[in-house]
Amino acid sequence: MTTTSAMTTSPLPTPGGTPTAGATATPVVRLRGVTKEYAGGVRALDGVDLTIGEGELLGIVGPSGSGKSTLLHIVGTLDRPSAGTVEIAGYDIASLSDRRLSALRARRIGFVFQAFHLVPGVGALENVAEGLLYSGLPRARRREMAAEALARVGLGDRMKHRPHELSGGQRQRVAIARAVVGEPALLLADEPTGALDSASGEAVMTLLHELNAEGATIAVITHDTEIAGRLPRQVRIRDGRVVADTSLASGEVGVTGAPGAPDASGDGKGAA
Amino acid sequence: MSRTRRLTAARLGPRDVLHVGSAGLRSRPVRVVLSALGIAIGIATMIAVVGISASSQAQLLRQLDALGTNMLVAKPGEGMFSGQEVKLPKDAVGMVGRIAGVEKAAGTGDLTSSVRRSEKIPEAETGGIAVKAATEGLLEVLRGGLASGTWLNAATGRYPSVVLGHVAAERLGITEPGRQVWIDDRYFTVIGVLDPLPLAPEIERSALVGWAGAERLLRFDGHPTTVYERSTDASVEDVQQLLAPTIDPQNPQNVSVGDPSSALKAKAATEGAFSTLLLGLGGIALLVGGVGVANTMIISVLERRHEIGLRRSLGATRGQIRIQFVTESLMLSGLGGLAGVGLGGAATGVYASTGGLPWVVPLWAVGGGFAATLAIGTVAGLYPAVRASRLSPTLALATA
Repeated sequence: MTTTSAMTTSPLPTPGGTPTAGATATPVVRLRGVTKEYAGGVRALDGVDLTIGEGELLGIVGPSGSGKSTLLHIVGTLDRPSAGTVEIAGYDIASLSDRRLSALRARRIGFVFQAFHLVPGVGALENVAEGLLYSGLPRARRREMAAEALARVGLGDRMKHRPHELSGGQRQRVAIARAVVGEPALLLADEPTGALDSASGEAVMTLLHELNAEGATIAVITHDTEIAGRLPRQVRIRDGRVVADTSLASGEVGVTGAPGAPDASGDGKGAA
Repeated sequence: MSRTRRLTAARLGPRDVLHVGSAGLRSRPVRVVLSALGIAIGIATMIAVVGISASSQAQLLRQLDALGTNMLVAKPGEGMFSGQEVKLPKDAVGMVGRIAGVEKAAGTGDLTSSVRRSEKIPEAETGGIAVKAATEGLLEVLRGGLASGTWLNAATGRYPSVVLGHVAAERLGITEPGRQVWIDDRYFTVIGVLDPLPLAPEIERSALVGWAGAERLLRFDGHPTTVYERSTDASVEDVQQLLAPTIDPQNPQNVSVGDPSSALKAKAATEGAFSTLLLGLGGIALLVGGVGVANTMIISVLERRHEIGLRRSLGATRGQIRIQFVTESLMLSGLGGLAGVGLGGAATGVYASTGGLPWVVPLWAVGGGFAATLAIGTVAGLYPAVRASRLSPTLALATA
């Protein structure tokens, strides 16, 4: 539990710190012992510990059914854990009402979905501005910021285009612009390339890398190990547990999951 | 990023609420039209029912205004004994004319004669037309007009000439003066046909002969059977008190005094009381329309699970999702209400213009109808909106 002490010290990131768990002063995400059980006894998450520091770009990888979607929902505060604590941007979500959780999502979390979820029949600018609708900013300011965000993702010339007039890659870039327009503390991308051809997917991943280089904290949830392999940090999930936490920069294998749980052990538990 | 800062959900401005609430409507215009139609038909029915009866009432009141409420009619009452008919004195008209406040008095006297198109028609076939002797002032007191021809005067009144009420003229098949009708034992020349007289329907069904002519040619005894008088508005009540004692000082109870405008007023009041049956039909249409709106809203919520999940992930609170769908429902029914008010107003307008009535749509009906649609919109939208707000954001986002 090195993170506990780090949290109370100086707000500056550790000099030269690698983007591994607990490297920053106030982690954007900190999960401890998070378990999620659904009615009927299905255990989607089983004691997950995960810390994401500011400015990190990580992949949460796992096959379908591994629990990564549940993890996304819990990190995105769309769902609450059955046990364990979840802190997002310093807020313990267990202590927040639904209203306050909504406010947290409005200001601190941006979502990118596999299916884009753009509002049909509405121009790109409006779609991006929708990302600020619940922020309390005045309308004119929202449109201004949306225009900036659209320009940032390279769609400055597509402001009026409606979703059906855009390619899949462009739509996902609109969705990314909508997610980052409010400069959230955390950007959660759920299979952002899942519905795209490889070239468009490539462009979207490049954009996410660029945004990260500019300081955004991004978690990409994917089942595609190839995509995850190019991210600085990978958290592997299997059967509701973190089975590996790899950092590309150092090459080290963290054991953030259950104590001494290598792949084989995880497999054995899952099969049992 | 201080941890102590309290998180508070931002409120949506009215413009944003309208924007979000109308988004679903804009994307499905056909469905909007169809589901608003039910409400529109309900409101249109109610507005038209109220509007048409209000227009008819306005027409009657306008007529009443033109005819005046200052005319009184005196007739012989039932006799004290044996129900025998009492006769008014011969100079009753003159006496009434001298009452303070009376501007003009006139009289008619019933004759036993019958009027027919020709001598070949049997005497029994009177067609319900009475023959009356009339004083010269009658038309003025009744504020009547002539559809054609002239009224009786001192000269024509002495000779076999007759003026027909408009119902009488119709029944006799006479459309213009100059024709002749058979009364008793000779032909009388029709010199005029009267306009409708709402205050004196009995005159509409009469053939009127001059006072002197009737005495000379039709064995009229000279006793008036009805005295009409016009007074100043202020003295109507006084005159009403004085009429009977003036006409028959010894037996004032033998004279009955009536106010024909009061009957017209009562008629106006009943015209204003719209048909409850039609209003009920409108209410049922409105109810069905409300069910249609609720149905549309439930489908809308089901279809837009992804949008709801997206909005929740963008930071919408449950309350904001509820507001969105209630607003949508309100707009849906409000549109129907507006269309209904327009349709109902137009229907009233068509009815009024074809019937020559004034176009009246009471403001309370418009306001009440619109308020009803808003109430229906709220009720119809509440359940779907609560359902939408209770949707789990993760479920809403689940693909496939």
